[in-house]
Amino acid sequence: MAASAPELLPYAKIREDLFRPLSKGSSAYWTTVFGALSIVILGAVAWGIQVRDGMGVTGLNRPVFWGFYIVDFVFWIGISHAGTLISAILRLTDAGWRKPVTRAAEAITVFCLMIGGMFPIIHLGRSWLFYWLIPYPSERLLWPNFRSPLLWDLVAILTYVTGSVIYLYLPLIPDMAQLAEHNVPWRRKLYRILSLGWTGSDREWHALERAMKLMACIILAVAISVHTVVSWDFAMSIAPMWHSTIFGPYFVVGAIFSGIAALLLVLGILRRALGLELYLTKHHFNNLSKLLLLMSLLWFYFTFAEYQTVWYGNEPSEMAVFASKIRGPYAPFFWTMVVCNFVVPFILLGIRKLRTITTAMVSSVCVLTGMWLERYLIVAPTLGNPRMTSASGIYTPTWIEFAITAATFAGMIVLYLLFSKLFPIIAVWEFKPHPVEEE
Amino acid sequence: MSIDLDRCTGCEACVVACHAENNLPVSSPDQAEKGRTAHWIRVDRYYEGEFPDVKVKYRPVLCQQCDNAPCEPVCPTYATYHNPEGLNVQVYNRCVGTFYCANNCPYTVRFFNWFAPEWPEPLQLQHNPDVAIRPAGVMEKCTFCVQRIQRGKRDAMVENRPLADGEIQPACVQSCPAEAMAFGDLNDPESKVSKLAGSGRSTLLLGELGTKPKVFYLERAK
Repeated sequence: MAASAPELLPYAKIREDLFRPLSKGSSAYWTTVFGALSIVILGAVAWGIQVRDGMGVTGLNRPVFWGFYIVDFVFWIGISHAGTLISAILRLTDAGWRKPVTRAAEAITVFCLMIGGMFPIIHLGRSWLFYWLIPYPSERLLWPNFRSPLLWDLVAILTYVTGSVIYLYLPLIPDMAQLAEHNVPWRRKLYRILSLGWTGSDREWHALERAMKLMACIILAVAISVHTVVSWDFAMSIAPMWHSTIFGPYFVVGAIFSGIAALLLVLGILRRALGLELYLTKHHFNNLSKLLLLMSLLWFYFTFAEYQTVWYGNEPSEMAVFASKIRGPYAPFFWTMVVCNFVVPFILLGIRKLRTITTAMVSSVCVLTGMWLERYLIVAPTLGNPRMTSASGIYTPTWIEFAITAATFAGMIVLYLLFSKLFPIIAVWEFKPHPVEEE
Repeated sequence: MSIDLDRCTGCEACVVACHAENNLPVSSPDQAEKGRTAHWIRVDRYYEGEFPDVKVKYRPVLCQQCDNAPCEPVCPTYATYHNPEGLNVQVYNRCVGTFYCANNCPYTVRFFNWFAPEWPEPLQLQHNPDVAIRPAGVMEKCTFCVQRIQRGKRDAMVENRPLADGEIQPACVQSCPAEAMAFGDLNDPESKVSKLAGSGRSTLLLGELGTKPKVFYLERAK
C-alpha cells in the first residue's frame, strides 16, 4: 500500500502543489462562496426578525423551551472535537500518517467553535444582554451565578476557542514564513505579520516543537472537559432522561464520533476540489474510517447502556420520554438515528471490501445526520414530556430556526473556503526534513 | 399555602383573579394553540374510574415556592433566587432568557414572554399599578402576590401592630369561592396554614424529588 506516498514526493513538488490553491480562484469557488454567503445573510435576517419580534417567532413553547438552537449548539461543539482532539491524539502518539490530516482538522475545530459558540447567544430571550453572563466586576454590582452550568459552559467554550486558535496557529507559522517570501504584496505583508518574524533557526524549531507538544496535551484535556460540561447543561438538571451520570462520557464519545465524520467529509471534498489525491490517499481514509467505525461501536454501546437502564428501571416519568422516542412522535427520528449512526457505518466500514473513500463519505454524511438527530432526541422529547403530564407539549420548529440552522452550515462552508484560500490546508513544512525531526 | 383538594371545584376563579392581579397578558387563540399561554396558576384535571362512572379531581398548580428550588441554582444571572423571606422570586430586570429555570422546573409553572405583552381593549385600563409589566424575552411565574405581602407588612408596620394570621391573601386565595386555599406564615406554628400543613391530610406535589415545596395539598387519606 502506498502508505507514505506524500512523504516520498520531492519537497519542491509538495510545496508547489499545496501552495497552488492559494493563488488560483476558479469561478466555481466564488460561486460557492457567494451562494453560501447568501444563505448566511438569510439566516442573519431570520435572527434579526427574532430579536425584533421576540422568541415567539420560533417554534418554542411551554414546555419545550429549548429547540433547534441548543441542538445546533451541541452539534457544532461536538464536531469541533474533530479537529483538535483527533489531531492532538495523532500528534502525541506520533502517528506518521497524520501529517496531511491535522491542519484540516484543527481548522474545523476553530470554525465550529465560532459557529457553535454563537448559539447560546442566539437562543437567549434577550440576546443583547448576553454579556451579563461574563464574570467581571460590573456596574451592576452583581457577579454571575457560578453554580449555573451555563456559566461553566461559557468558561469552557472560551477556553477551548482560545486554546484551539493557538493550536491551529502554531503549526501555521513556518508555512506563513515561507509564503511571505514571494507573493503578491498584500499577502506578503499579511504573512510576514502573522509569522511573527520566524526565521527558521534551530532555537525556533525547538521552541515550536515544544509548544505544539504542550498545546496538544492541554487541548486534549480541554476538549474532553468542554463536551463534558456541555453534557452537564442537561445532566445537572432533574428532567427525566437528562439527569444521567453517563452523559459526560456519552457526549464526549458522540462528539469525537461526529468530529471524525466531519473531518472525513471535509477531507473528501478537499481532495476532489483541490486535486490532493496524492496527499490524501486511500490510506488516510482507511485509517480514519477505522476510527469512525470504532467510535460508531462506542456510540452504540453508550446509547444501549443509556436506554437499557431507563427501560429496565421503568420509572413512569422517564418511561414517558423513552416511549415518545422509541414508538411515539419521535420514533422516526430515533430509528433513523440508529440506522445512520450504527447500521450504515457498521456495514459500510466494518466489511473490509466495502470500505472505500466513497463509502467513507457516505457513512460520514449519515453519521453527521444521525448525530444531529441524536442531539435533537436528547433536547425535545425530554422537554415535551415533563413530570407533570398535564403540561406535556410538542415542538414544531419554524422557518426562522431552519434558516438559522442552514446559515450555520453555509457559514462553515464560507469560513472554510476563505481559510483554504489564505493558508495551505496541509502543513507544508511537515514534509520538509528539518533538524528537530532528525535529533 | 395550603390547597384543599376535597374542596376545590375546579371553577378556575383563582386563574382569573391571578390574571387580573398580576397583569398577565391575554394570549391570542393561535398562540394558545402553540402552548404559549401564561397562567401563573392552572387547574389540572384528573379522571378516576371508567366511563360512565367517572370522578374528576382538580388540582390547582402554581409555583410551589420550593425551599430547595431546582430553578434557582441553574440561573446564570441570579434572576431567580431565594429571598430572605423564603420566597422564590424572579427579578425580571436580571433575566436574559436562557430558559434553563423553566426546563429544570418539575412542575412546569414558569412562563416566558414570547412577544411584548398585549391586551385587547379595554383590558389595558385595568392594570394593577403595583405589578410590573414584563417585557419580551424574560421569564416569569407566580410570586405568591409579593406586592400584597409587602403592602400587608407595611400597613401593619404603620399601625404598629403584628401581622394577623390570614390578613394577607394572594389573589387566588381571596377569590376561591370554596375557600379551598389558605395562606399564611409557615414559621408561625399557630397559623392556620401551619396547622393544615401539619395535618394528616397534607401531601406534597412531587415531594419525592426533595424540592421542599411550600404549597401543601390537603386530601382525604385513602
